[in-house]
Amino acid sequence: MVRHRLLFLSLGLGCFTLLFLGWHLRTPVGLILSLRAEKLAALVLVGAAVGNATVLFQTAAQNRLITPGIVGFDALFVFLQTMLVLILGGAGYSGLSPLPKFAVETGCLVLAATALFAALLRKGAEDVLRMILTGVILGVLLRGLSGFAQRILEPSEFAVVQQASIASFGAVDARLLPIAGAALVIAMALSWRLSPRLDVAALGRTKAQTLGLPFDRTILAGLSLVSVMVAVATALVGPVTFLGLLAANLAYRLTDTHRHAVLIPAAAMIGATILIAGQFAFERVLGLQSSLSVVVEFAGGLLFLALVLRRDR
Amino acid sequence: MTFETCNLSITRDGVPVLEGIDLSLPPGGITAIIGPNGAGKSTLLHAMAGLLSPHAGAVRLNGRDLSGIQPGERARSLALLTQDQGVTARLTVADLIAFGRWPHHQGRPGHEDRAAVADAIETFDLGPLAARTLDALSGGQRQRAFVAMAYAQTTPWILLDEPLSALDPRYAHDIMRRLHDLSRTGPDARSVVIVVHDLGVTARFADRVIGLKDGKLFGAGETGDLMTSDWLTRLYDTPMEVAEVGGRKIPFAA
Repeated sequence: MVRHRLLFLSLGLGCFTLLFLGWHLRTPVGLILSLRAEKLAALVLVGAAVGNATVLFQTAAQNRLITPGIVGFDALFVFLQTMLVLILGGAGYSGLSPLPKFAVETGCLVLAATALFAALLRKGAEDVLRMILTGVILGVLLRGLSGFAQRILEPSEFAVVQQASIASFGAVDARLLPIAGAALVIAMALSWRLSPRLDVAALGRTKAQTLGLPFDRTILAGLSLVSVMVAVATALVGPVTFLGLLAANLAYRLTDTHRHAVLIPAAAMIGATILIAGQFAFERVLGLQSSLSVVVEFAGGLLFLALVLRRDR
Repeated sequence: MTFETCNLSITRDGVPVLEGIDLSLPPGGITAIIGPNGAGKSTLLHAMAGLLSPHAGAVRLNGRDLSGIQPGERARSLALLTQDQGVTARLTVADLIAFGRWPHHQGRPGHEDRAAVADAIETFDLGPLAARTLDALSGGQRQRAFVAMAYAQTTPWILLDEPLSALDPRYAHDIMRRLHDLSRTGPDARSVVIVVHDLGVTARFADRVIGLKDGKLFGAGETGDLMTSDWLTRLYDTPMEVAEVGGRKIPFAA
């Protein structure tokens, strides 16, 4: 039954992939296909990584209403963009070489997440909630600092920061894809290998320990993978806060299983499908450009509200 | 396989919770840990399961210090059922019981594991509930499912922290009767240690009693010898009587 559902999800992903690549294909076919394939690769990588990371993060936090974005990844990303524009100026920022910029951004995001996780989980993984709260507060602090710095910028520089702060799938540099792809595929494969342990960890700290699971080590390994996946995805296209919430909760609903070996690929496929379908609809059907992230955030926000209200009842 | 605590002391935020507990539990039978609220009963059980590090002293299983035993091996030697039965994941009863086999298969269940799960479902009469999710069960049914999970772990020692708290008398006696049977089935007999407040159940099913008071050992011994009105009155600081009804001793607050 579960296999059928995974097959159904992979068929859905395949259909949207073909539609995205083949819709109204004109000459020169090779060039158009290669351009579409680059964008498709970015959509698949980001969607899959964010869906996968959210399932892992929710298991570690024992809460299905939160996303890794809550600990301030998006705020740190915006802060980094603001600081770069403030220091280098609008022209200097635009002239930055994509590869070193991507490496520095990813490195900063991974370092910040690792420092947050390691410092707060030193006493053991029961401190996950304190870690989340600290991340939320740090996010507020970084947003405040970014807001302050943005007031100093020239209007043209402010526009550069604004553009860099919204996730964009249309302007991904193709040179970044192999590196980002390799990092994300390795992180996703490792998280899938962690699946049987994550199943036990989902029972809670004490129960998992009584079953002989090295709980703290498992949670730290999971959170390290989350930090890599979210950092690479954010540095590649920008922050997408609620996509993971959509993908993970649809995966729980559609697969109806507790097994991470199923949930992880399901959330990854759903995340990728949402992005491909959304981008396809906006670019080809509605003729609009680069507002996908806004719609994903809007739909994710609505789902979040629905989940919170349903839980309250 | 004997279970011993040697001068076991546990502190929490610098405050002593257990002090100088010396116990030696022989294999087999049911041992009940009783005492007033805050006496340290659950703390003792968690320390015996290796989940709390002693401030002083040690817990020994078959002569080996528990802190030196790897978590996996420990989970194959003793199962612990805690009071907290909240689970975030949406699990069926069969899924939950199957987790009891994790220490044995580490994520790759085999024929033996599936047989052990089926045995636990049958032993605790959970067949009709096996496909139902935990959130669709009553408190008592849920409790039985968790006890069955601990049973499926097939460990020589089963430690249960107030497993009867949500059960009506019928299910409480039913579970105790099953545990009683398990603790007497020849060479495969399980040793059960249970934290319990129901003194009637203790008198009826427990072979041995450990009394804790203010974090110290108040007394330990055979149930029939220890559970007198005088001993229980001093343990609970309230007048207690032991009546004999139909040849059975039934303690109650006077």
